[in-house]
Amino acid sequence: MNYTWNWGIFWELNPEGTGTYLDMLLMGLRWTLATAALAALIALVFGSIIGVIRTLPNRGLVLAGDAWVEFFRNIPLLVQLFLWYFVLPELLPKAAGMWLKTLPNASFWTGAIGVGLFMSSRVAEQVKAGIRSLPRGQSMAGTALGLTTAQTYRYVLLPMAFRIILPPLTSELLNTVKNTSVALTIGLMELTARTRAMQEYSFQVFEAFTAATLIYLALNASLTFLMRRLERAVAVPGYVTGK
Amino acid sequence: MSASATPMIEMAAVSKWYSPQFQVLKDCTTSVDRGEVVVVCGPSGSGKSTLIKCVNALEPFQAGTIRVDGINLSDPGTNLPKLRARIGMVFQHFELFPHLKITENLCLAQEKVLGRSREEAMAKGRALLDRVGLAAHAEKFPGQLSGGQQQRVAIARALAMDPIAMLFDEPTSALDPEMITEVLDVMVELAREGMTMMVVTHEMGFARKVAHRVIFMDQGEIIEDRSKDEFFGSPRSDRAQLFLSKILSH
Repeated sequence: MNYTWNWGIFWELNPEGTGTYLDMLLMGLRWTLATAALAALIALVFGSIIGVIRTLPNRGLVLAGDAWVEFFRNIPLLVQLFLWYFVLPELLPKAAGMWLKTLPNASFWTGAIGVGLFMSSRVAEQVKAGIRSLPRGQSMAGTALGLTTAQTYRYVLLPMAFRIILPPLTSELLNTVKNTSVALTIGLMELTARTRAMQEYSFQVFEAFTAATLIYLALNASLTFLMRRLERAVAVPGYVTGK
Repeated sequence: MSASATPMIEMAAVSKWYSPQFQVLKDCTTSVDRGEVVVVCGPSGSGKSTLIKCVNALEPFQAGTIRVDGINLSDPGTNLPKLRARIGMVFQHFELFPHLKITENLCLAQEKVLGRSREEAMAKGRALLDRVGLAAHAEKFPGQLSGGQQQRVAIARALAMDPIAMLFDEPTSALDPEMITEVLDVMVELAREGMTMMVVTHEMGFARKVAHRVIFMDQGEIIEDRSKDEFFGSPRSDRAQLFLSKILSH
């Protein structure tokens, strides 16, 4: 292999005039972080609502929740992003479509919302599984005390369900971060996109992707660490899971 | 008719099906007077737990009527959460809320349902904890208590709502033998104070001690509904006799 290594490349100026190559990658990281944060928020909020809805004794709501989950988890993420970015504006009335197309940072909003909705189906599955894993007597006890259904969920079921699903939710958070890289296909200049740009400008493919690999690793390792801390902080004394 | 003259719990021809082929409750009719202690017994699968869960509408039923304190459960105008808040319920598996401290378990519904202040709820909760002999465990979590202690907390939690009646669904069935007494003691005391109680249990000693009436169920039907003395004396149905001979033989 005829390849000239150059680890000093990161401190060389990039041809875009935005500083060094390292600056370029870090700019990408910032978009990755912003996209992942918004996507994770959307996934958590919608996933929780849909997950709860699917455990309610109302057939219509359960069906609607099921439809949501099946729609967002059965279509590849890449196709979903293309649908929102390229197809949706054409289907909308002309003015609305035009507004969408000219939205500033459109690829960011589309990427974050697209990844968020995609991940919400997975969060919904886990929230449902978490609620279902609780003894049936728990909701009965809440109900028997006179709590409304909403209060039973708020004070009795969800606090335990979320504790139980924290470990798998951590995995989903990491998946959310990783999935933001797909948004490069709709033009979001996040970390992976910036890495490819660096490769194309400098031809230092190994250095560029080594850096990206390490950044993703460090980012997700930190998130894992924080989530473990959270798990310990909310652990219930004396409660043994899997009872 | 004055309020005190109507029974606390009235069931008339209550039937429930899980599926068209499987009827869990068949035409169950009975009542529990104010201050009365009624024990419901019968073999497992006889529908006794289902029956008691119908009383506070935890289980839906398809036919018949149930009135609690004169209020018809099936009436669309009935505010079920409000009615349930007035009926205490104790479950086989305690069902304390594991993520809440004992005091928080006792305060939750007092605050969220009855609208009591934290101080008021806490005072009530602590007094009841003291009454069931668990004042020292107030700041613990349910998982840190034994089964018998958890069940006494569960009784205190139900009493904190100032219930007009208490339902017990096999309150000692999940307990180790040495813990059964401590729970039964609390229940006996409650019965002697005049609490209206409907108790699903196999503890015939408890029934002999405090029950006014005993209901025997089998295959979804109420086979016997008599005073305690009549039930434990003879004559009685073959099925009840067989059941009693089995559980009293040791």
